[in-house]
Amino acid sequence: MSARDSILARIRTVTAAIPAKVPLPDYDPAITHCLPRLEGDDLTAVFARNLGNVNGRAMRSAAEVARFLSDGGYRHGYCDPALHAVIGPDLAAAGLTVETTYDRGRYDDYQFGITRASGAIAESGTIILDDNQTSSRLAALSPWVHVAVLDAATIHRTIADALAALGDSPNVIWATGPSKTADVEGILIEGVHGPGEQIALIL
Amino acid sequence: MIGTQLIDDYARRISDEKQASVLDGASAGTEKRYQVLHRDYGDPDALRRLAGAIKDHTLQHLGDYLVQAEKALLARGVKVHFAATGDEAKETILGILRGHGVTRLTKSKSMAAEEIHLNPYLMENGIECLESDLGEFIIQLDNDVPSHIVKPIIHKNRREIAKTFRREGVADDYNDDPGTITRRARVFLRKKYMEAQACITGANFVCADSGRMLLVTNEGNSRFGMAPAPVHVALVGIEKLVPRERDLAVFLNLLGRSATAQQLTVYTEFINGPRAPGQPDGPEHMHVVFMDNGRTDVLASNCREILRCIRCGACQNVCPIYRQASGHAYRTTYGGPIGAVLSPLLFGDRFPELADLPKASTLCGACNEVCPVNIPIPDLLLRLRDKAKREGIHSPAAIPMSPFATLATSPSLWRTAMTMSNAMNHLPVEVAPVKPLQDWLGQRTLPPFRGGQFRKWFKNRDRS
Ligand code: SF4
Repeated sequence: MSARDSILARIRTVTAAIPAKVPLPDYDPAITHCLPRLEGDDLTAVFARNLGNVNGRAMRSAAEVARFLSDGGYRHGYCDPALHAVIGPDLAAAGLTVETTYDRGRYDDYQFGITRASGAIAESGTIILDDNQTSSRLAALSPWVHVAVLDAATIHRTIADALAALGDSPNVIWATGPSKTADVEGILIEGVHGPGEQIALIL
Repeated sequence: MIGTQLIDDYARRISDEKQASVLDGASAGTEKRYQVLHRDYGDPDALRRLAGAIKDHTLQHLGDYLVQAEKALLARGVKVHFAATGDEAKETILGILRGHGVTRLTKSKSMAAEEIHLNPYLMENGIECLESDLGEFIIQLDNDVPSHIVKPIIHKNRREIAKTFRREGVADDYNDDPGTITRRARVFLRKKYMEAQACITGANFVCADSGRMLLVTNEGNSRFGMAPAPVHVALVGIEKLVPRERDLAVFLNLLGRSATAQQLTVYTEFINGPRAPGQPDGPEHMHVVFMDNGRTDVLASNCREILRCIRCGACQNVCPIYRQASGHAYRTTYGGPIGAVLSPLLFGDRFPELADLPKASTLCGACNEVCPVNIPIPDLLLRLRDKAKREGIHSPAAIPMSPFATLATSPSLWRTAMTMSNAMNHLPVEVAPVKPLQDWLGQRTLPPFRGGQFRKWFKNRDRS
């Protein structure tokens, strides 16, 4: 018998002998809602507040992002080609240079990466990156600053709502704030392997 | 009177420095978790009970869910493998890697891989296998073993780490600033991600309805490991299933808060097959290895509830014994209350050797109170003690009679202490009713007593 068949056979024998089985619980997803985090009617504002709670930054215009980048000394980066058409002029006006193809061989050359988010979650300040709708995973990961460009209409209210809308992409990632660790003596350090600055540009 | 257990002996030999690290880390974890759960939910216990019921149901119908998940994964172009034992899992993974010509890979933290010692095995077989979680990376450099599920280097301080980095050439000089340590690991590891030909991960959950696999990290290491690598191999314990994607709302909310007091872990990755055509990043080949390695034995036992565990580490943080003894005293991959139940069962052939672990508990009930899937750990510990008694197994003893052992093996004494409820938190050592308890309070820091769950558990236990 294959390992598969013998494991399954064993499981079936063992579970058949369990007397009182629990039915699959049916429940209202509202039980998972974090009400204090959901306060407020304006989803964009709720999202921005919760993104701030996890040390991310919400911005409302390309010019604001460009200013943040140039003030921080982040001069060169990557920008999704489709987004470049929209926000390229603001970046150029601030003296920033971008590439619209990410070259893996030069992963350290990109100080910022601007990619498209497919949505967000207001409840948790989460940005959703979906392989089907983004140009580069690495460009959202290796630069110190990641700017996720987001359409305000795609913000889900809750985690449960976002789960119901996962779609069938082979890879979706939820990013809730900058990359972080507390492995060394419990001290919070941001920017471990991924970005140390997580920005959502809401358009 | 029972003599001191082996675990006491380990606990006694821990350096003060190490013990302070573990105690501080664990206590802080417990406090933050409590605050966040109670800030965010009116009745966190309702959520914990629901999570427990979903997991119970899944385990009781595991065969159906496993087949369902397998089917969904295959339909997404994932290769699915099964391994009955740890050795089989290791051979399977080596075979996969050889098949793809892999000689260098990165691995993101996986307790299942720790459990079967995958790393050394691959190294022996000529495959460079680098841990990418910061803590696990340091563990690997030190040839150490993790002492906590979520915080693997809870027992180390920054000075030791800085020395390791210099010794191993990760850095040229000694610098023990945590920010610098992290930055140095960042620089070192991203080069490795780019060169790696494969990425090995575990999985936090697998949804039976879609086959979607979940991986959560705070650092982004599994994301980075998988983005440039052509091959992804996931080693998954068969108990990791949840029935539906929608159930993740329950588990993700509990996992982040219980493990690290976060609403959500920073990176929650949903993997549903190899990369789509036209995508520049992500593995072209994806393999999932479902591993039994003793789990069906646990399922067959009267302690099957322990398989609900989602590896959050909350029970470790809250446990007075873990805080004193540290994870290493449990002598297996899983330390603390979870390990005291899981290890003797999972490593069944080592049961006599590990039979002291279920005794290493005060039965204070704190582990059950914090467990996000509501596992009745104290109950399970008692069942295991029974098992040892029935099988005539005497735990490996060390030096006789410490106050620690007395209290740990004398639930009635502990219960007396606990019925004083909150008084325990403020009790001056001198007023403790009995000598062993005085000694205990003199040297141990207790988690704040929250009441409630323990009493309920205790009452029910007495009646049955
Ligand atoms: S037993 Fe419960 S508290 Fe302990 S690690 Fe597992 S899920 Fe967390």
